[in-house]
Amino acid sequence: MTTDVKIESGGVSSNVFGSLRYWLLTPSWLVIGFFLVAPVAMMLVYSFLTKEFRGGVIWEFSLAAYDQFIFDRGLFGDDPPKLEWTYISIFVRSIWQAFSATVLCLLIGFPTAYFIATRPIQTRSIWLFLVTIPYWVNLLIRTVSLKFLIRDSGPLNQWLISFGILDSPIHLINTNLAIQLGLFYSYLPFMVLPIYASVERYNFVLSEAAWDLYANRWTTLRYILLPSVKPGIIAGCILVFVPSLGAFLAPDLLGGAKHFMIGSLIEEQFKGNAGNWPFGAATSMILLTLVLIVLMAYARQQSRTESKYS
Amino acid sequence: MERQIQTTAIKIENVKKQFGFGESAVTALADITIDILDNEFFTLLGPSGCGKTTLLRMIAGLESVTTGTISLYGQEIKDLPANKRPVNTVFQQYALFPHMTVLQNIGFGLKMMGKSKSEIIDRSKKMLGLVQLGQFGDRRPSQLSGGQQQRVALARALAPSPKVLLLDEPLSALDLKLRQAMRVELKQIQEETGITFVFVTHDQEEALTMSDRIAVMSNGELQQIGSAQEIYEQPRNQFVAGFIGETNLFDVVIEDIQEGKAICRIGERCISCAVTGSAVKGATRQISIRPERLSFTNSTEDTHLTGVVERLTYLGTDTQYLLQLDDGTTITVRSQNTQESGLNVRSGERVGLKLEEGGARLLMN
Repeated sequence: MTTDVKIESGGVSSNVFGSLRYWLLTPSWLVIGFFLVAPVAMMLVYSFLTKEFRGGVIWEFSLAAYDQFIFDRGLFGDDPPKLEWTYISIFVRSIWQAFSATVLCLLIGFPTAYFIATRPIQTRSIWLFLVTIPYWVNLLIRTVSLKFLIRDSGPLNQWLISFGILDSPIHLINTNLAIQLGLFYSYLPFMVLPIYASVERYNFVLSEAAWDLYANRWTTLRYILLPSVKPGIIAGCILVFVPSLGAFLAPDLLGGAKHFMIGSLIEEQFKGNAGNWPFGAATSMILLTLVLIVLMAYARQQSRTESKYS
Repeated sequence: MERQIQTTAIKIENVKKQFGFGESAVTALADITIDILDNEFFTLLGPSGCGKTTLLRMIAGLESVTTGTISLYGQEIKDLPANKRPVNTVFQQYALFPHMTVLQNIGFGLKMMGKSKSEIIDRSKKMLGLVQLGQFGDRRPSQLSGGQQQRVALARALAPSPKVLLLDEPLSALDLKLRQAMRVELKQIQEETGITFVFVTHDQEEALTMSDRIAVMSNGELQQIGSAQEIYEQPRNQFVAGFIGETNLFDVVIEDIQEGKAICRIGERCISCAVTGSAVKGATRQISIRPERLSFTNSTEDTHLTGVVERLTYLGTDTQYLLQLDDGTTITVRSQNTQESGLNVRSGERVGLKLEEGGARLLMN
């Protein structure tokens, strides 16, 4: 019964390796636990605590933070609750800004990625390098530079006027468009790189086959190329949308006080003495939940189409 | 098998293809002229890099024509883009759309032509039946075997009812058994649909078994066009003789010309050779003798060549003998293994060889 012996010894050794494998994962678990689970858990706990004026918390359970986000109870907190639109509208605006930035990134990022992926293989890395060069500079500095570039008397307006394209400077700074441009500029490589990776893997013979089967440029793009590189596009959109939603540098520096976004709102709660930690934590949790719902909905839809064909 | 009506499906005239410009230009095709007939199974045969795929892609519209013209049933198509040509291609690696079902793949061409939904479904299902994949319509290409993917690619290219179907080494990715089965099936489908097939391959056996006519290409040049039999029996030059099947080549001097046949000295005797092109007395040329046209003999009268058997390879139906002739050249002889396989020739033995009547062919230079 040599086969039995073999199976047995194989089973034993795989068990040994199985438990060893479990322990080998410890460093990863520690990192994830310490840097991901613990902070989020802390936020969750803080969001249910009572605020201390001058920042910090009092360890006393309270729903006040969530209440403040959703309801308006008047100046002294004793009016009957009405829906509070201030924060909800900041959320809606943030989603809209992040969405616009994502669309902008996609519109510019997709052709860029396609262009790079279709260059001769020796020059591709140079193009990718060029795309990432600006990102070696700190985000704050880049955003401030952008502010100088687009302000009313900045180089952009000066050029446009000197070339006769404009008569008077366009007012960009402190507008929604300025924020969208800022977000777009901040996160463009996160769109370009994943799309580049999928276009590079794309089999261009498929385009030839479509072309041979009477498709034109547009229908080839629509029915063949885009569906084939969809995973890269979705990854890029998530990588741009999620950080844009919580961004605070671009809205603060380019949008001014009128164009508050969630990121800035949260930042305010933890800054200086005016802060409200539980409210900041609650806002963060609401943001996190929102993002998770979107990602899970996508993952579910994805697994449904996949399971249909396996 | 003479055709009654010889309509030309594709007329390729003086077509040239150059890649690159100026000094670095590479000529892929040099002045090709071919007429492919309607309802014909036409094969472009040649080693890799001979330009056969380039020529096919030019017919498809996937490669531009440097000079010359290509016309399809009398209509000049050289400047027509690929998506405007009533010609479809079966690609070498199938190029099936991975995100679509089998049925969607097959219907893609019809959809792009703007056909109605019901028409697309009807036609796609019919095509699926034609390639015997009826129950696989809802699968993804990745869920099919190589042979099945091959059939889907064929159905997809046939669905829009092209005037000409182009096949770029479609069987090269399949294993031998499947390849042999697909040869028969391809030929059947071609006969059933009545569509002109232009088939590209480097596999001479594939070409010989399926084609009505074969164009042998080498180095971007056309070497010979003809039926399988013509190409095998009457090769024009050394390349064709060597590429299609096996052959033995001998340098000879033409001693005389009688009744259109060249009399050449080979070994101890003079033989008459069928001539390709023209022959001039006294010229030095090559002749080709197929291994199966030589047989062993005991009688000295019949002996054309003598040599020593060096190696013997049993091949099932045949046995192949490698012989060294008295003048030092090595040749191959092949004989069928029958019950009374005549002489029992052994390795190291000295033997006489008889050349079958009409077994030698004078080649063009």
